[in-house]
Amino acid sequence: MARITAGVTTSHVPAVGMAVDLHKEDEAYWAPMFAGYEFSKKWMRENTPDVAIIVYNDHASYFGMEIMPTFAIGNAASYGIVDEGYGKRPIPDVQGHPQLSTHIAASLITDDFDMTVLNVLEVDHGLTVPLSLMYGAPENWPSKVIPIAVNVVMYPQPSGERCFALGKAIRDAVESFPEDLSVQVWGTGGMSHQIQGARAGLINEPWDRKFMDDLVNDPETLQFKPHLEYMVEAGSEGVELIMWLVMRGALGPKVDEVYRFYHVPASNTAVGHLILTPKE
Amino acid sequence: MKPDFEQFKDIPGTTIFTIEKAQQGFELNQFCMSLRKAENRTEFLADQRAYVDKFPMTEEQKQAVLDRDFQRMLDLGGNVYFLSKIFASDGLSYVQAVSTMTDMNTEEYKQMMLDGGRNIEGWRSKKERGEA
Repeated sequence: MARITAGVTTSHVPAVGMAVDLHKEDEAYWAPMFAGYEFSKKWMRENTPDVAIIVYNDHASYFGMEIMPTFAIGNAASYGIVDEGYGKRPIPDVQGHPQLSTHIAASLITDDFDMTVLNVLEVDHGLTVPLSLMYGAPENWPSKVIPIAVNVVMYPQPSGERCFALGKAIRDAVESFPEDLSVQVWGTGGMSHQIQGARAGLINEPWDRKFMDDLVNDPETLQFKPHLEYMVEAGSEGVELIMWLVMRGALGPKVDEVYRFYHVPASNTAVGHLILTPKE
Repeated sequence: MKPDFEQFKDIPGTTIFTIEKAQQGFELNQFCMSLRKAENRTEFLADQRAYVDKFPMTEEQKQAVLDRDFQRMLDLGGNVYFLSKIFASDGLSYVQAVSTMTDMNTEEYKQMMLDGGRNIEGWRSKKERGEA
């Protein structure tokens, strides 16, 4: 049977992808941030999953305003890299796992999650920056990937409760897949940041740290945090953090915290990162 | 459930991109999406007025684009991820473009971020700030 072996959360700041692509990891500005991911790269080498389900949002990259799915799941054999306006990132395409994604999509829809099914998808920094942070710059990504795209850009976003419940349903879906696969779920985005308006540059470290504590220890309460609180306390773009709840829902009631990292700033953003494993 | 678009109005210096704003800004954001293609970026930068005239935006939206007035574009229904296609075409980073919406220049803004970012104290509520 397939099983969920770990959960990862990480910010997905686009400038981090550029820093990797331009080999700036050792520059004074970036070195402290990349140093915080050294443990994770090593841990991932030792615990590489067969499949990473990556919960992310598209940033007006593949989806425009023409189609704005609340929850969507990639069901392709491979996913190209989208040009976000600066030219495509020089990284390998992302390989899917169509058998598992077909199973998960069908399972989620049967469980009343009205998923949009994406048989064609190009992925942006929301998905590729976490891959770069966990795996560096390999010739090919070492895991297959199933993208799950969440609308966090346009209000109303899905509620925290719904994101958390989606995670639980992903767990049920994975655990009912007959092949023996190791599967991780990654929740991306955040932490506090605001990239628009006179309040741009907002960072709220105490709130971010409490969010990480609650995500680990008390997600059943955290799921009820309203969008307004994310937007006031963590900035208008901080609402991306609802995607971390999908990861947490997939890990089950109790977890072990393998690793935690927090750093300010990367570009306009507070970087937060967790590795969790389910406690059986 | 009745949607509550009013709940965000008290957040200072912030434009929440709601489904209502998305409706208002549809053509502006569509224009931005066209700039994902390298050949369109080239065409836009070669003759900006002619390029924006190809899109059914309002004149206000077009002028805000030509002026690179990002706050105005937000007010007219633009979303920053869409607007990023404009400043990417200009070769600007998020930090450079975002800082233009604040009362700081780019260097001051960068320094603020290095110093830990904008402190939230005093930035939670327009009412608290005497702006509403």
